[in-house]
Amino acid sequence: MVDLSGVLEQLKSRFGERSWDYSEFHQNQRLVVAAELCFSVLEFLKKTCGFDMLIDVTCVDYLHYRGAKDRFGLVYIVLNTVTGQRLIVRAFLNEPDLKIPSVVPLWEGANWLEREVFDMYGIEFTGHPDLRRILLPDEFVGFPLRKDYPLRGRGERHNFERITRGEG
Amino acid sequence: MEIEVPDNVALTSLDYLASWCRKNSLWPMPFATACCGIELMATGASRHDVARFGAEVFRFSPRQCDLMIVAGRVVMKMLPVLQRIWLQMPEPKWCISMGACASTGGIFDTYSVVQGIDRFIPVDMYVPGCPPRPEQLIQAIIDLQDKIQREGSFLGNEFITDARQQPKRALQELELGQVPRSLPIIGGKA
Ligand code: SF4
Repeated sequence: MVDLSGVLEQLKSRFGERSWDYSEFHQNQRLVVAAELCFSVLEFLKKTCGFDMLIDVTCVDYLHYRGAKDRFGLVYIVLNTVTGQRLIVRAFLNEPDLKIPSVVPLWEGANWLEREVFDMYGIEFTGHPDLRRILLPDEFVGFPLRKDYPLRGRGERHNFERITRGEG
Repeated sequence: MEIEVPDNVALTSLDYLASWCRKNSLWPMPFATACCGIELMATGASRHDVARFGAEVFRFSPRQCDLMIVAGRVVMKMLPVLQRIWLQMPEPKWCISMGACASTGGIFDTYSVVQGIDRFIPVDMYVPGCPPRPEQLIQAIIDLQDKIQREGSFLGNEFITDARQQPKRALQELELGQVPRSLPIIGGKA
């Protein structure tokens, strides 16, 4: 675990103390920010604090989760490849406003990661250059990693024509 | 009057001869989508050596294959591809469903995994296991060879099977307690 106090100092001088919340858990260094601030914090982390690599963008659905206040928790993991600092940035979203600015302008690598989150959770990344489904077929309806999506689906796995011997 | 057959002449039916040729030169199409594919590769490699049974020529073009081995789970996005490849394979052709996933969906009872490819394409042999050992796959190939020899016909009548699709072929044979020797002539509604 690499020390982050310098980064936190910089964040404090730029955003004040109220707008973010830092905690550590199992050697994970986490920063929770408001969704509106998410892009500017990430931009600041990249341009000023040297977090030059985006490791992952993903999402968690906290529906029915014990003690959870918000529905969707976005997760950005960023890395400073020079100092080895690693930071998990989180922002929470609630229905119906599932929009957050895309970070593709900062890290090109976010392109497919955000498409996957869109595909599975229906989070809309505003400003994304090409927000289409990436894993599921284009005609798929619904967002299957949401907790209210039935595990066995809505029949899409059975929805094909049947080929018999005669046709083959 | 008795006809004398010279020593070096054998008499057989055309059906038998055609089936005999077909069964000993199966050309598999490796539709390996997951972990079962590794066992499929092992089956083809030197240790298990499926060449001993005349099925070593794996081709990656469906036009050159007559045995589709579906090894691994098939998801709903893949199924149209599977069906297309199946349709592209020339007759006569057979299909082995290898492993729990291809046969039933296995442990992946989720929205995206097809619960058994036999819902959507015809399957001749099912290989149980997760993954099946190469010996099991070889056994399936041997059983398939038996089946081809038993049921095959020169004109491929055994494939035109509205009547034979239901109930499933294997069950039908079990119920009869024997293997049907002659097949119903199609079109003639035997
Ligand atoms: S049956 Fe087992 S080994 Fe084969 S594809 Fe499924 S999970 Fe993998």
